[in-house]
Amino acid sequence: MRSAVIVFPGSNRDRDMRLALRRATGHEPHMIWHKDTELPELDLIVVPGGFSYGDYLRAGAMAARSPVMRTVVERANAGTPVMGVCNGFQVLTEIGLLPGALMRNANLKFICRNVGLRVETSQSLFTSGYDAGQVLSIPVAHHDGNYFADEATLDRLEGENRVAFRYVDDAGETSAAGNPNGSARNIAGVYNETGTVLGFMPHPENAVDPELGGTDGMALFDGLTRALS
Amino acid sequence: MSIPNVTITDEIVAEHGLSPDEYAQILKILGREPNMTELGVFSAMYSEHCSYKSSKKWLKTLPTEGPHVIQGPGENAGVIDIGDGLAAVFKIESHNHPSFIEPYQGAATGVGGILRDVFTMGARPVANLNALRFGAPDHAKTRHLVSGVVSGIGGYGNCIGVPTVAGEVNFDAAYNGNILVNAMTVGLAPTDRIFYSAAAGLGNPVIYVGAKTGRDGIHGATMASAEFSEDSEEKRPTVQVGDPFTEKLLLEACLELMQEDAIIAIQDMGAAGLTSSSVEMAGKGGLGIELHLDRVPVRETAMTPYEIMLSESQERMLIVLKPEAEDIARRIFERWDLDFAVIGHLTDSRNLVLYMNGEMAADIPIDPMVEASPEYARPWEPTPSPAPLGPVAAPESLSAALKTLVGCPDLASRRWIWEQYDHLVMSDTAIRPGGDAGVVRVQDTNKALAVTVDCTPRYCLADPETGGAQAVAETWRNLSAVGARPLAVTNNMNFGNPEKPRIMGQFVGCATGMRAACLALDYPVVSGNVSLYNETEGEAILPTPVIGGVGVLDDVSKRATVAFKAAGETIILIGETEGHLGQSVYLREIEGRCEGPAPAVDLAAERARGELVQGLIADGTITTCHDISDGGIAVAVAEMAMAARGLGAALTIPEGVAPHAWAFGEDQGRYLIATAEPEVVLARAREGGVSASVVGEVNGIPLLTLTPSDDISIDELRDAHEAWLPNYMGEA
Repeated sequence: MRSAVIVFPGSNRDRDMRLALRRATGHEPHMIWHKDTELPELDLIVVPGGFSYGDYLRAGAMAARSPVMRTVVERANAGTPVMGVCNGFQVLTEIGLLPGALMRNANLKFICRNVGLRVETSQSLFTSGYDAGQVLSIPVAHHDGNYFADEATLDRLEGENRVAFRYVDDAGETSAAGNPNGSARNIAGVYNETGTVLGFMPHPENAVDPELGGTDGMALFDGLTRALS
Repeated sequence: MSIPNVTITDEIVAEHGLSPDEYAQILKILGREPNMTELGVFSAMYSEHCSYKSSKKWLKTLPTEGPHVIQGPGENAGVIDIGDGLAAVFKIESHNHPSFIEPYQGAATGVGGILRDVFTMGARPVANLNALRFGAPDHAKTRHLVSGVVSGIGGYGNCIGVPTVAGEVNFDAAYNGNILVNAMTVGLAPTDRIFYSAAAGLGNPVIYVGAKTGRDGIHGATMASAEFSEDSEEKRPTVQVGDPFTEKLLLEACLELMQEDAIIAIQDMGAAGLTSSSVEMAGKGGLGIELHLDRVPVRETAMTPYEIMLSESQERMLIVLKPEAEDIARRIFERWDLDFAVIGHLTDSRNLVLYMNGEMAADIPIDPMVEASPEYARPWEPTPSPAPLGPVAAPESLSAALKTLVGCPDLASRRWIWEQYDHLVMSDTAIRPGGDAGVVRVQDTNKALAVTVDCTPRYCLADPETGGAQAVAETWRNLSAVGARPLAVTNNMNFGNPEKPRIMGQFVGCATGMRAACLALDYPVVSGNVSLYNETEGEAILPTPVIGGVGVLDDVSKRATVAFKAAGETIILIGETEGHLGQSVYLREIEGRCEGPAPAVDLAAERARGELVQGLIADGTITTCHDISDGGIAVAVAEMAMAARGLGAALTIPEGVAPHAWAFGEDQGRYLIATAEPEVVLARAREGGVSASVVGEVNGIPLLTLTPSDDISIDELRDAHEAWLPNYMGEA
């Protein structure tokens, strides 16, 4: 799998993502600087976590207008799989590759902890390593992860099986207690219409090493590698 | 030569925090009256914050050397060798006064400043810590300050992408008017690529990089060197504003430039900004420096030389470059969209010479200014020993007392705080916040660093010498408890007004105790910071010498955590329990008294016990360990059970000691271990000459049995433990 990680000047989980991709694929992903507009041939583009340009404006708003993202959109429209994690998810919604928006967390605070995350479908490039309904323990680390879309959009996303992950409580239920940030219908991640673009808030790249508190994120990278190699 | 003619009055001198003697010294050094810019430079350099004039005499007594010390105090940060060609670079620094006035920006820029101190030396920051002290929970400002400080620390560290992995928080009315915000950063660098601040090379260019200079923070160093009064709110404009995104750019650009053979010297512009950075670089190099202030990138119009020299705008660096490296350096900084300006060069005049639009704005001989930097032997009086503690009545129920303690402000869970800090970014966090020490793996190796910050101010108030030793020992214990070999410390001396002999006596006592502990534990001080004048309306804070400890684990997979792992394991106490209740949390929370002597610290025993624990963890014999500190054995056991799921403990209180003193006494130098191989642990303890005894067993149900007739569910304890802080902050 030929992969690339987009590096904005304020990206800070670019290295974490690089390590996870390297662990799964056995080789280094391309690290693409935000001022670049040319991309090599790729099987996967990842927009990583961080604070792209400081995010003093709406998170991801400036990144969505950066030179490199024009090329990413072209590739996405041509069918190259794109995955946005955390700040990457914010960027993908800002640029319109994914519906909805990420608002400030309901408690107005940054939140960093493991959450229960239910895989809604295994019929995807990204989640073929999981069973549908499987509950993972994956960290979140964000200030603006409160997923919002209008009711019609939410209904459509659900109707088209485009909800990728949902936050759940210890019992595996999509309760308010299991929802760390107030996201609509406990949605943690969504697909585009073709299932080739995925955005979600939690950090599977921080759940791939047994020494660091769990490996529930590994199957995502392994599944992608199998699907795209 | 044209130095503007300004009459310096006594009032202007006093406003600059200079004593008449200090001003006389300035007249002697210059051989004339200073102009305003020169007076500003002297005032910053002679402020307590920059000159350490009250503390120097005592800081010099601290041990700073050891086989693994690469750089001790005197640079931007301390540097120790951790093997395999790698160094740990670290320092702690206070941002107390700004954080009280404007908590978000004060705390945020505190984090920014300490990060810069570390990456200035060539190290990539890998861990942040913080030690916070707030006023009484029922004080009107406390909630607002907690909220602002915590979001400020998070706002900066989360954005720049350095994990915040450990910290401590106390509440005490003594901090009502002066909170403490001490931030520590630990970084990693190759031992052969450490960067220092001494300038060299006549004629070499002096480069300004980073953010533009504004009027923020002017006189921050002077403000940090005076007592507070009611009009402190008016000092808000002296608080700097942080921009973590620019700091991230500066970090990456500096580390990139450090890969090239380009830098001769580098210094961040922290307290007293361009003044202290230029004077320190030139002074250490025995050179002069000429700066053209009109070339300094500014973000406000009509800034005067005085303002430019004293601005404490954040995210700025001063670099002396090899002349041939200017192009490559410029390219790197432009790539990161940062300002890059050649603002001057090194001279052989040994003077600091400033120009503004071609006109001379200041001319100060550096060596006389630095050499005449005041150093005071302030009068001090020893702290009287507290009266012995009389008998302490037993509580109605041990379990009820325990529940009170685990839910009290000082011992309640800090989850509400550390969940607001990104503690996972960088993918190396092996032990997350909430344990005895944070552990971060050394990137691409099997090693790890353990880090902690500790101080018990109430012990320091009762007995400064014991308290100073205890703070050092507690960090050593916390590092040992995760399986690390403690290597060195950084210190943050937070005290009241040193001009009062009683306060100076606290400082002297704490320093004396720290010295003894550092010597006994082979645990040198490699960096530090002093914050004095923490007083409002004449009321001083508790003496708070915060110690930041750093240790190394040779194999990150051989580490211990506090959580019980399995039912049936034997709980072993390392160390001896007399049941010392003087100055204990129990006495304060249950009886409402802060009395008696602080618990004694036996440094030889401390060392033997710590080395035993380190060995048991490093060879994989044990994986569960917790140091015993505030609240004693009962609180430690409760924390071990609360950190687990579905497990509890049954304790066996020995004969011959009052059960409440045994359960809640704060005798020092103790650990709790849970193990399936008690005989092995006990035999190893005997070999090491360390006292160890079985005190209980891990329960397969979440119940803590204190005596056969007194138990409490772990869920009930956990509810009390987790509830206090969110409830207090209004988020139940």
